[in-house]
Amino acid sequence: MTAASVQEEDFDVGSEIEVLTKNAHDAGAVASFVGVVRGAGILSMTLEHYPAMTERALNEIVAEANRRWELLGVRVIHRVGKLQPGDRIVLVAVASTHRQAAFAACEFIMDYLKTRAPFWKREETADGGRWVDARESDEAAQQRW
Amino acid sequence: MTLRILYFASLREALGSSGESLELPANIATTGALRDHIAARGEPWTALTRAKNLRCAVNQAMVGFDAQVRAGDEVAFFPPVTGG
Repeated sequence: MTAASVQEEDFDVGSEIEVLTKNAHDAGAVASFVGVVRGAGILSMTLEHYPAMTERALNEIVAEANRRWELLGVRVIHRVGKLQPGDRIVLVAVASTHRQAAFAACEFIMDYLKTRAPFWKREETADGGRWVDARESDEAAQQRW
Repeated sequence: MTLRILYFASLREALGSSGESLELPANIATTGALRDHIAARGEPWTALTRAKNLRCAVNQAMVGFDAQVRAGDEVAFFPPVTGG
């Protein structure tokens, strides 16, 4: 199974974690993160991406996590297209023998994804659309690894 | 020497273009020189040099503005990413 997918459709967190756990032989820990569209002041959000580069960038981030920790399995799903407040945007799930590697790698993958994977958010509000600005705190979060 | 150029997100909107094929002058060897070459057309292309923290990729890998460009490369310019 490919570690990283980019898709318009929603994903089922439970079944993704179940498959990951089944395939990760002798895993003692599975950590996961789900990103959700916040609703404050927005009607909808559209995610643009660079199709030829996106899965490659995500798979490189997963490969780097595999170099840094002993992981038994990783699954990353990032959605693109138009999303509504409350919709899931991203899933990162990591299986390992013990919890420390699973927690750390999950956070590492999210921090790298935020600054390295070619996605861009555009928010639609009652006053029109606006591109979401990158946050310096995200850059700082990636730098600490 | 022909390059494929791509623009994304707010930059794509500012330029009114998602990409182009470009015949590259022999003296343009880096992504930074390419950016300046395109911006020298004037409005709206100056958005490339006005953009804060512009990023670029060559053949789908993020690089700096000192990276080499060669015939047949796909070069993308875009604002800082905001996924996740």
